[in-house]
Amino acid sequence: MRKRSSFSKAVFIGTIVFLSLPLLVLVLYSFNESKSGSWTGFSLRWYVKLFTDSPQLWRAFGNSVIVALSSALVATMIGTLGAVAVNWYKFRLRKYLRTITFLPMILPEIIIGVSLLVFFSGIGLKLSLFTVFVAHVSFNLPFVFLLVLARLEEFDFSIIEAARDLGASETQTLLKVILPISMPGIISGFLTAVTLSLEDFVITFFVTGPGATTLPLYVYSAIRFGVSPVINALSVVMILGTVALTWSTRNFLKYIAAK
Amino acid sequence: MKRSPGRAGAAGGAGSPGGLYAAPSLFWLTVFFLAPLAIIVAYSFLTPGPRGGVEWKPTLDAYRAIANPSFARVTLNTIVVAIGATAVTMLIAVPCGYYMARSSRQTLLLMLVMIPFWTNFLIRIYAWIAILGNEGFLNDLLIATGLARQSVRFLYNRGAVMLVLVYTYLPYAILPLYSTIDKFDFSLLEAARDLGASKLGAINKVLLPNIKGGILTAFLFTFIPIFGAYAVPLLVGGTDSYMLGNLIADELTKSRDWPLASAISLVITLVTTMGVLLLLRANGTSVLGGSGDGEKPVPEASSAAAYGAQAIGGSR
Repeated sequence: MRKRSSFSKAVFIGTIVFLSLPLLVLVLYSFNESKSGSWTGFSLRWYVKLFTDSPQLWRAFGNSVIVALSSALVATMIGTLGAVAVNWYKFRLRKYLRTITFLPMILPEIIIGVSLLVFFSGIGLKLSLFTVFVAHVSFNLPFVFLLVLARLEEFDFSIIEAARDLGASETQTLLKVILPISMPGIISGFLTAVTLSLEDFVITFFVTGPGATTLPLYVYSAIRFGVSPVINALSVVMILGTVALTWSTRNFLKYIAAK
Repeated sequence: MKRSPGRAGAAGGAGSPGGLYAAPSLFWLTVFFLAPLAIIVAYSFLTPGPRGGVEWKPTLDAYRAIANPSFARVTLNTIVVAIGATAVTMLIAVPCGYYMARSSRQTLLLMLVMIPFWTNFLIRIYAWIAILGNEGFLNDLLIATGLARQSVRFLYNRGAVMLVLVYTYLPYAILPLYSTIDKFDFSLLEAARDLGASKLGAINKVLLPNIKGGILTAFLFTFIPIFGAYAVPLLVGGTDSYMLGNLIADELTKSRDWPLASAISLVITLVTTMGVLLLLRANGTSVLGGSGDGEKPVPEASSAAAYGAQAIGGSR
């Protein structure tokens, strides 16, 4: 086995270098004084510009946050209920629900974007932040559904039966038994939805309208024709932000699960 | 996974709130996912409107256009890039997943893979523009060291597209592979060797069948997005790396031939869905069979996706 494991080690180290190097270059260049590619000296000017002189960027960031939180919230509410239904109840269209929660995950993003664009224009809905929100709920919902479902599958139906036998109404069973036990799934579903929403470029690109630029769309327009020093600085801030956010999220989830 | 025996007793019938709980999901995904797909199907058989949109005159023009050679070239391009990039990704991802699963410092290694993965998709593409661009890091280096007189054009070709695609989707392949291999009991491999299997035989007959699910998930999570790639070829590609995703977008926004854009989308949808179904069937699993009366465990199709969702989403 030794030989094989040294081979896989070499591949792994190479991969890590491959994965990290581009990001390190971004970090390095974010401190570059010059606007073009060549290194002319250390400077924080791009960070200053990012934080004090990029109003459009921050407006886009605001839009991203609004869409991410609202779409994640709606997707989490809808998806959680759907998962509860599929895991514990029989109803007509159960198989159909399983299929339509699965399909969006296997289709390339561009298909969802294009079909929603065609749909919105077909029903005469003007493209705006609202259509972005609708699209984001659609692609977030299946993820929430599956994450909550995975959590619910750890529990036995006898929990529900016990609650019912002890006289709990359906509503009480849902609020006092089902939702609390699915909480880790719900929270990770919500956070996944927020992340996917903040991350999305392709679908948003198709369903966005005037004035509804999100951060990825802003980044796209800035890098369309090459290197942009403010985006270097933004990248570093975003990388640090995501690492910090994900790190605290994970610990938070561990804490919840342990409780 | 523990399957609840009580599942057979899942509540149903008239008083069951199941339908009520399912209604919002059913409504949302039917209206905002399935209906749009249905509209695409319908549009693909209609006549293009003057400035986007359609006229309600049925025609097969869009499908005739698909049959012409320029379209075939883009399709071929897409297939070449998708197969090439997926193959490279998988070849790198399998040993990586294996090494991570066997390591004693898994958390650290996981972090090393995750940080680039958490980074925004566009930033990851941009990082390569910053390196390989005409004013990028590499050209800067080449000119500074005198290896090049003027900037070399590394971007805007098929190689750049494949490189960035591999870079973007590598973690999507590594993570599911790692978590499957991690669950594999390696003493089985030793047992096989003790019983006289050759090393390769043991890997083929014992390891591979056990990590098949992970390989499948990794493959689907890289091939499908690469096949429908849009942003990467748009930003770092050139004419030789124009893919179906770009063609759809251009038909939609530039040529304004919505029926053609719809027809191409439909083809991609069918190819993707069929590919997934065939793969799952080949893998010997029931496809979305779900629970008929047998109350079978969760169909593996969706558990693969759930698994992917967890590997990708849950770990984010």
